[in-house]
Amino acid sequence: MSIKLTPTVSVPALQDKARALRLDILEATTRAGSGHPSSSWSAVEIVATLFFGGVLRYRPEEPDWPARDRFIMSKGHAAPLLYAALAHAGYFDREMLSHLREVNSPVQGHPIQGLMPGVEATTGSLGQGLSVGLGHVLGGRLNQLDYRVYVLLGDGECEAGQVWEAAMAAAHFRADRLTAILDYNKYQETGPISREMALEPLAAKWRSFGWYVAEADGHDFDSLMAVLDETQRVTGQPSIIIAHTVKGKGVSFVESDFTFHGRALSAEQAAAAREELSHVARS
Amino acid sequence: MSLGHDAGLTPHQAPLRNVFGDALLAVATENPRVVVLDGDLGNSTKAETVRHAFPKRFFNLGIAESNLVGVGAGLAACGLIPWITSFSSFLLCNAYDQLRLAVAMSNINAKVLGSHGGITLGKDGPTQMGIEDLALVGGMPTFVMLVPSDPASMHAAVRAATEYVGPVWLRSSRVALPQIYPMGECPFEIGQANIVHQGDDLTIIACGIMVAAALDAAAVLSREGIEARVLDMLTLRPMDTTAIVAAARETGAIVTAEEHLLTGGMGSNVARIVASHHPVPMRFVGLADTYTDSGDPDDLLRKYHLTAADIAQAAREAYAAKHDAGNGRER
Repeated sequence: MSIKLTPTVSVPALQDKARALRLDILEATTRAGSGHPSSSWSAVEIVATLFFGGVLRYRPEEPDWPARDRFIMSKGHAAPLLYAALAHAGYFDREMLSHLREVNSPVQGHPIQGLMPGVEATTGSLGQGLSVGLGHVLGGRLNQLDYRVYVLLGDGECEAGQVWEAAMAAAHFRADRLTAILDYNKYQETGPISREMALEPLAAKWRSFGWYVAEADGHDFDSLMAVLDETQRVTGQPSIIIAHTVKGKGVSFVESDFTFHGRALSAEQAAAAREELSHVARS
Repeated sequence: MSLGHDAGLTPHQAPLRNVFGDALLAVATENPRVVVLDGDLGNSTKAETVRHAFPKRFFNLGIAESNLVGVGAGLAACGLIPWITSFSSFLLCNAYDQLRLAVAMSNINAKVLGSHGGITLGKDGPTQMGIEDLALVGGMPTFVMLVPSDPASMHAAVRAATEYVGPVWLRSSRVALPQIYPMGECPFEIGQANIVHQGDDLTIIACGIMVAAALDAAAVLSREGIEARVLDMLTLRPMDTTAIVAAARETGAIVTAEEHLLTGGMGSNVARIVASHHPVPMRFVGLADTYTDSGDPDDLLRKYHLTAADIAQAAREAYAAKHDAGNGRER
C-alpha cells in the first residue's frame, strides 16, 4: 500500500527554498562565468519538491545509505541546480557552490559520480540517466530494498535513442519504483524543440512504450505533489511526469530569450536578476 | 588450427568463450553479488551459463548496448558486481559514451566482457570483429585491461577481475587456444606479465592468441640458434613496465605480437615504455591499417600476417638490428 505523500514543509516554505536555489544558481554560474542557469532554473520547483517536499528519503550524513531514494540528474547541464539542492539538503557546505567549474574543485562543470556526495551518476552527455536509474531499481529488487528512483530528464534529451532503449527496458522489467520527471521547457540548445526536432506527441510516445504518464505544472508545488502522489500508486509499470516548465523561470529577460542556454549572465544582468529573484512575491 | 604445435602445447578442445562461460559461472556461484547483463548474445559469449544457473541474477537487456551499459552502472552503484557482456565491437561502437561516463569516469565497480576480439571469429566478417577494441578501451584511463591467452589464464582473469574494485575490460575469443599454463596454475596478478619462455637473444611480447604463436616462433628460432624470451602480456593496463624494461635491457631487441590493429594497440604502448626507459630495436606484428575479409580463422591469420612464421621473421629482423646496432650500424 502506498502512503499518501504529504509535504513536510508548507508551500510558502518551498517557495522560499526555490528562491534560495535560484539565487545560488545565479551566483555560482555568474562567478564561474559560464554554465547553464536557464536550464537549471526551469527545474527548480521539481527538484525542490523532491528534496524538500518530503518525497525523497535520504541521509546527508550517510550519502550511500543503501535504502535511500535515488535522484539522478540526467540533464547534467543542470549541475548548478543539483549542487545547490544537495548543499541545501545538507550533503555539503553551501560555500562549495562558489567553486563551481574551478580546477581542483569537486564541483565540476557537469556532475561526476564520486566527487561530491549525493551525486548518483556522471551525466552531461545526454540520454544516460534513465538507464542508470533502471539499474538502481533492479539492484533494489536484488537487495530487497523498496526505495524509489527519480530521474530528471530534459526535453531535448528525449531525442536520444538511449532514452527509448531505457524506456522499453523499464516497462519490460515492470519497474514501478522508477519515476521519470521530464522538465518540458520546450527549448533545446539551438532553438524551440518544435522547430529543431519534433518530440510530440510526447505523452502518447511514453504511453505506447508501456509507461504511466501524468502531466503537471512544473512550477506549481501543489500540482507536482499531486502527480507524485498519483504516480507512487502505480504498480507494474514505470511512471513519467511530464512537467510543463519555462526555461529560465524566475528571471523575465532570460525567460524570453532561449539564447541564454549554456551562458552565464553578465555582471549587469546578474544584478538585475538578483533584484528580480530577491523580490518574488509569495503567492 | 595448429597453434601451439611447434611449441608442444597441449590443445584445448573448448573455445575460449566457453572457458569464459565456465569461469563466469564459477565466480557467480561463489559470490552472490555477481550479476550478469547480456545484450542478447549470451549463447555466443557463453554468459548464458549464469542465466541457467541463477536466472534472477541474469538480465537480458536486448539489442540495446547503450542501455545495457547504463543499467550495469546502476547495478554496480548498488553494491553488486555486474559483468556486462557482449561482442567487443558492439559494446565499444554502440556504447562508448556510456562506458566512458557511466563506467570509466564514474570509476565504478563494473566488469565488461568484450567477446569475439580480434579477427579469429572468422566467417562472420569484419562487422563483428574487434580489431580496434584494445585501442578504444585504452581511451578510457580508469579501465584495467585483461587479455587472457589460454584456458587457465581466462579462469584466473575472470576471478581477478571480479575481485578487483573498479572498471575492468576482459577480452575473449571465439576460438580454442592451446594450454600455456596447466589448468589452475596460471600465476595471475593484475599488472604483471608472465615469462612463458626463457631466452636472452630477444623478447617477444605477445597477448591473447598471439602468445601461443610466439611460443611456436620461439621453438623455430631456437632451432636456428636464436633464444627468444616470450612475455605473456596478460594485463595491457596497467602495463608491466618492469618486465618490459628488463626485457629490453637483458635481451636487447623486442618484437610485439597482437591480434589487433598496430595503431593504438599493445605494441605502440610497449614501444613508448621501451623508448622512454631503454631504447632497443623493435619490430611489430599486428594488423596493418585495414579491415579484413571474412573467412576461416587460419586463412585470415595467414593473409594478414599474424602467424608464428610472421613473428619468427620479425624476430630475425629485430635480432639482426640488435647486432647491427652493436656494430654501430643500426638500420
